[in-house]
Amino acid sequence: MSAASARRLLRIPAVPLAILIGVLLGALLILASGRNPLTAYSAILVGALAPENLPDTLNWAVPLVGMTLVAALPLRGGMVNLGGDGQLVVGALVAALVPLYLPAPGPVAAVAVILAAMLAAGAYASLAARGETRFGIPMLISSLLLSYPAVGIASYVVGFPLRDTTTGLAQTVMIPASVRLPAITGPLNIGLFLMAAVGAAVVFFDRRTVAGYELRMRGLNARFAGYGGVRLASQTVRIMFASGAIAGLVGAIIVLGSQYRYQDGALVTPGYTWSGLMAALLAGGEPLAAIGAGAFFAALQTGGFAMQRETAIPRVLTMVLQAIIILFLAIRHGVGRRSS
Amino acid sequence: MMDFITPSLVNSAVQAMTPILLATLAGVLCGRVGVFNMAMEGQLLVGAFAAVVGSYFLGSAFGGVAIAIGATVIFSLVLAYGATIFRGDSVVICIGMNLLASGLTAYLLRQMFGVSGTFSDPGVVGLDKIRIDAINATPWIGWIFSRQTAITWASWLLVAIVTVVMFRTPVGLRLRGVGEDASAAESMGVDVMRYRIVTVLVAGALTGLGGAQLSLGTVDIFSEDMSAGRGWIAVVAVMLGRNHPLWASLACVLFGVADSLSVRLQGQGLPNQLTDVVPYVVTLAALAISHRRPLKGAFVETITAHT
Repeated sequence: MSAASARRLLRIPAVPLAILIGVLLGALLILASGRNPLTAYSAILVGALAPENLPDTLNWAVPLVGMTLVAALPLRGGMVNLGGDGQLVVGALVAALVPLYLPAPGPVAAVAVILAAMLAAGAYASLAARGETRFGIPMLISSLLLSYPAVGIASYVVGFPLRDTTTGLAQTVMIPASVRLPAITGPLNIGLFLMAAVGAAVVFFDRRTVAGYELRMRGLNARFAGYGGVRLASQTVRIMFASGAIAGLVGAIIVLGSQYRYQDGALVTPGYTWSGLMAALLAGGEPLAAIGAGAFFAALQTGGFAMQRETAIPRVLTMVLQAIIILFLAIRHGVGRRSS
Repeated sequence: MMDFITPSLVNSAVQAMTPILLATLAGVLCGRVGVFNMAMEGQLLVGAFAAVVGSYFLGSAFGGVAIAIGATVIFSLVLAYGATIFRGDSVVICIGMNLLASGLTAYLLRQMFGVSGTFSDPGVVGLDKIRIDAINATPWIGWIFSRQTAITWASWLLVAIVTVVMFRTPVGLRLRGVGEDASAAESMGVDVMRYRIVTVLVAGALTGLGGAQLSLGTVDIFSEDMSAGRGWIAVVAVMLGRNHPLWASLACVLFGVADSLSVRLQGQGLPNQLTDVVPYVVTLAALAISHRRPLKGAFVETITAHT
């Protein structure tokens, strides 16, 4: 009987089981601090999915799903980009500064600004790739280490030479209204559509293009892909450029769509990069599943705000849940382990 | 140049280096048995938090250190068993552990002490600084060792101990064998899994000690994400030292120098946003120089999520 029920337990697909385990362990944590897990979880559900809260969830999902794609694209080829924060900051800083000096009519300027942000962030990311292909520094490390100078220098630039001196905060001057992204409803702007288009493009790239096939082949077996004629070094640089460019787009959407300026810390503090990385890992790099996982984490985090408001349980709990889910999947089902 | 290097600068560099040094030793140990550990960032954080909790509730710094070691060893069980018996991917496990550490310490900080950001309380007992007059009077030696905590002394002693154990004892031989060729070690009757698990846990104890130094060594506070990249620097030190405890320690000294250089530049009026970048730039430069080699064909060895 117990063996049969154990077998039935094993038949639960891996990801729902991991989420279940995360929810159960999270409930224990809430109980241990003397609160009611049911009220906490219902606050999360309502806060994330009630009709009046859905725009907030979607608004949070745009950058998070974006950073999920940033992580998922290289992961599909077995590479890890840990430098999302740096690439995001580079893109956002470019998006905040270019409009101040670019004399062009609104829509043209907006497009130019977004492209400039994507180009700059992509170039910064390919620097990490070149660290691996040229200098033999594992990209895992080079991408992460390049994040710190980007964040530090951006913080300096907006804190000193290009600071908006009329405010007391470390931030740039507001961008002109003409380049701002048009709003759809509430907090939502057309960045949502831009991100949806990028998501569709990544899925199409993954499933329908030669380069996407080569990337998947590399993820399954890099050595085999190399013998099969894939130029691994240039593939690394290209994929990282694309990954960084998406991060740059996320930065541009945040700046042009909601904050209208570069605020020190506003991009790194919400932890989009790391949540995105976890969502990508949850999906094993498969783009469509990664988008779903990113949206799931966005709902969890948006619900976390509501939980904190209503039950005084800190919303970092949602981060703990995410980490538990990933750890369970990595340990129990070998996410990232080559199936051999 | 000489007036640039002052006794207090050397002293603070050594003090700041201690957590990185201990985390580096931990990484070296894990690397030697073939477990890639990049969870030191999270382990340091768990150690730092547990040390403050222990010190606050037990009323003694020693109690804090003991709790820090215990908690970090327990935390390390995830990597110890996940990467061995459960055959999980260590990169993914370590990323998960780092985020779990960051989230869990922030959560517990709010629930246990009711504060967010930073917890400081007179009830947190810091570590005593060791003063030996004979040593303090000697130039250089005195600069380095005067008014340091017992953990700093212990960390340098541990470098020697780890080196001797690794290269001069039968246990060390087996340990290196497990990392170099697991199946060969297995055929010689070495329990590979057990060696890996125990080593990762010992490494956890070392990092926990480093975490205790981080929170109780100088500031006697805990603040969220206070490991602030030190664990990642340790990962780089392990790579630069190619898993050799002495070379990796030397890499730590390089970072210590870079770190105190940044403190020094800050003193010269440069904003801290810029000077904070110095250690990472030095790190990248050191990596680029040490790893520089001509590319052979199209193949590039990579650490991927799939190894």
